[in-house]
Amino acid sequence: MYAQMIKSEATQDDPVKLAVFQKRIDAGDKIEPKDWMPEGYRKTLIRQIGQHAHSEIVGQLPEGNWITRAPSLERKAILLAKVQDEAGHGLYLYCAAETLGVSRDELTEMLLDGRMKYSSIFAYPTLTWADMGAVGWLVDGAAILNQVPLQRTSFGPYARAMVRICKEESFHQRQGFDIMMKMVNGTAAQKRMAQDALDRLWYPSLMMFGPSDAESVHSEQSMAWKIKINGNDELRQKFVDQTVPQAEYLGLTIPDEHLKWNEDKGGYDFSQPDWSEFFDVLKGNGPCSTERIEARQKAWDNGAWVREARMAHAAKKRAAKLAAE
Amino acid sequence: MGDNTLVLGQRLSEWCGHAPALEEDIAMANTALDLIGQTQLWLGLAAERKGQGHSADDLAYHRDAWDFRNLLLVEQPNRDFGVTMMRQFLFDCWHLEALKALTAHADAEISAIAQKSVKEVTYHRERSTDTVIALGDGTEQSHKKMQAALDRLWPYVGEMFTADDDDLMDVAALRPGFDAHVMASLTEATLTRPDSDFAHQGGKTGARHSEHLGHMLATMQSLPRSYPDAKW
Amino acid sequence: MSNEWPLYEVFIRGQHGLSHRHVGSLHASDAEHAIQNARDVYTRRKEGVSIWVVPAAQITASSPEDKGALFDPADDKVYRHPTFFDIPDDVGAM
Repeated sequence: MYAQMIKSEATQDDPVKLAVFQKRIDAGDKIEPKDWMPEGYRKTLIRQIGQHAHSEIVGQLPEGNWITRAPSLERKAILLAKVQDEAGHGLYLYCAAETLGVSRDELTEMLLDGRMKYSSIFAYPTLTWADMGAVGWLVDGAAILNQVPLQRTSFGPYARAMVRICKEESFHQRQGFDIMMKMVNGTAAQKRMAQDALDRLWYPSLMMFGPSDAESVHSEQSMAWKIKINGNDELRQKFVDQTVPQAEYLGLTIPDEHLKWNEDKGGYDFSQPDWSEFFDVLKGNGPCSTERIEARQKAWDNGAWVREARMAHAAKKRAAKLAAE
Repeated sequence: MGDNTLVLGQRLSEWCGHAPALEEDIAMANTALDLIGQTQLWLGLAAERKGQGHSADDLAYHRDAWDFRNLLLVEQPNRDFGVTMMRQFLFDCWHLEALKALTAHADAEISAIAQKSVKEVTYHRERSTDTVIALGDGTEQSHKKMQAALDRLWPYVGEMFTADDDDLMDVAALRPGFDAHVMASLTEATLTRPDSDFAHQGGKTGARHSEHLGHMLATMQSLPRSYPDAKW
Repeated sequence: MSNEWPLYEVFIRGQHGLSHRHVGSLHASDAEHAIQNARDVYTRRKEGVSIWVVPAAQITASSPEDKGALFDPADDKVYRHPTFFDIPDDVGAM
């Protein structure tokens, strides 16, 4: 998801304290920043919340790519508001991570030098206006499936950030679907754009949930700690099951010849994405990986003088106030 | 009024995802959203008065550069954060005076738009003023950048007060209010008002825009122009 | 990182006259900047009519270890709650 392939960090804590901690989690207690927590819990959360935050910030870029070309004033305003919300979500998440004793600047530097990742989906390009529809419909649709249960995650600040994010996200998927409806009911060129967007973004959307749980050795600990609520395969299945009828409604074809309703499991059988491509993207070999980090690096470097100057001005103001007293 | 807000809103929206801090990114998007909202009102009213079933979008997306009546100031490129905020500050100072004048306009629809906008722009000016003061006063480097931004943009100030037949108000009368706020803020920002009052002209009359506007419109209008039959 | 803008906690009072409520945090160079940032970050959907900002470093919090001593004594003071008392229905609303 927005936090893919998060390794649970090893923990070497006092077994008695660990047992008490686990009991609190099992009882549904929220863990707060000043509470005792296993070192592994803290580190895993920093990694997971940080990666989630980075995904929101890098996620601004593929959609930001179309703000200046939005085809009407209303679409421009909606898209800008949506991409702005993503900046807000990144901000809430960074603040949640900061309660664990890491600064936003440190997290940013880890994103820029590659020590921390962002969701694979945002390394893909947005090539036509229909991608604004498909990103909202598919990518936000997938994200919501993951984020709604995370409102119940065990770490208080993370859970509270997710509550706020989910509240704000509710219009994102709908605006995407609204764009798709306009496209499929439009001209031949618009229909072509819509199908093309689905063709390109379908498998990258499936990848968002991460590789199969069978291959993930780290899920178990994270699930025991309630910082991961559902399995990857379970959420992916749910996504496919909810999206196929929506594609049918739009009159679009999901690019999977093996897609078939399976009565026994009450869900669709579908093809897995190319997982070697997924691992390539995570390693920084996505179609837009270089551009995405370059854009963030540029914003960071070019903004340094502004951040510094504001601090310098605040210090001067404080000094002047003291002198006047 | 609508072309000013459209062109500046478009310029500001270019920043989304690239600002010096998340808080600034969000704030700039808010200002851009206000300006796009005001554009819908102004161009909506203009289209309605024009008749023939025109819409705000028709005016935004299907006119060429020479039909735009925006100030040269707002079509200037973003360059860096300092130039962007200085441009914003100078425009906000004019914009607020203009809107205050328009709240008393005889045309009820014009005064209604002005009354709605004046609240938004009061905040825009507060924020851009504080930013210009902080960055002007901040460090040696930031002071230099802000003085350079002011020097670069000052030649576009005069046009804001040059009257022409299309004005909705007496623009020359806006100058004292503009000067008072600008001068007080520049002093606090430790910045020096340029000596020369040379003023480029031609944006608000449409007679001679800068080269930048054409590029902006080529981007902004590309979809509706390429697919004239499409509804989005 | 010495140049990082400090963290502020943001409290907002909504439309309905309730107390200011903690809504989240943000970074700002000083209090005035924090108020502006709070307006832009936390009131995008008409959430508030009044904003407080407090430097996060200035907040003194109770310690989790004291949780028992601080809060458990209230457990047995059930008479502080109106439902402790049985008032006959005939008396009407009270």
